[in-house]
Amino acid sequence: MADVAEKIQSTINNNKIVLFMKGNRSFPQCGFSAATVEIFEQLGAPFETVDVLQDMEIREGIKRFSNWPTIPQVYINGKFVGGCDIVRELYESGELEPMVKQALAAGAGK
Amino acid sequence: MDASEIEHMIANGIPGARVEVRDYTGGGDHFEAVVVSESFEGKTLVERHQAVYNALGDAMRARVHALTLKTLTPAQHANRR
Repeated sequence: MADVAEKIQSTINNNKIVLFMKGNRSFPQCGFSAATVEIFEQLGAPFETVDVLQDMEIREGIKRFSNWPTIPQVYINGKFVGGCDIVRELYESGELEPMVKQALAAGAGK
Repeated sequence: MDASEIEHMIANGIPGARVEVRDYTGGGDHFEAVVVSESFEGKTLVERHQAVYNALGDAMRARVHALTLKTLTPAQHANRR
């Protein structure tokens, strides 16, 4: 378990925007994952995806890690932002774009 | 699992909340919920959704495949009308 948490932590540390999702960005395996990918593509933001269907440990581990029972889950700048509903709400209210821009502008890391 | 069962669980877990749940596929596992509560005042969306998930407990993990959530304070709800 500690290993899974470490793996998750290092993924969110090393990527400005991470989507833990079912499937990948070309072939999402769930409507909510697909909708979330689409929002970040609309914003033109580079993002990393982790397909939880490929790794049972991550699939369960991320739920404990975030204290969040559902997939997809979005991390921006190492911080848990929420699932599909929250991302959509932030996108529609115009709050998501500045969050994304700020994250991408901060530091020179990946 | 039906919509009214979910409504009761959320209302029990968040006293005073107004809850409306709809089964949008009719299959008993995809739901849409609007929850209006004073207790959401000053809370982030993540904290609000976590409060709802906590109210549902194991049912959320085991029996509900998808739950679309709208969490509003009474003031926000009034503005939507």
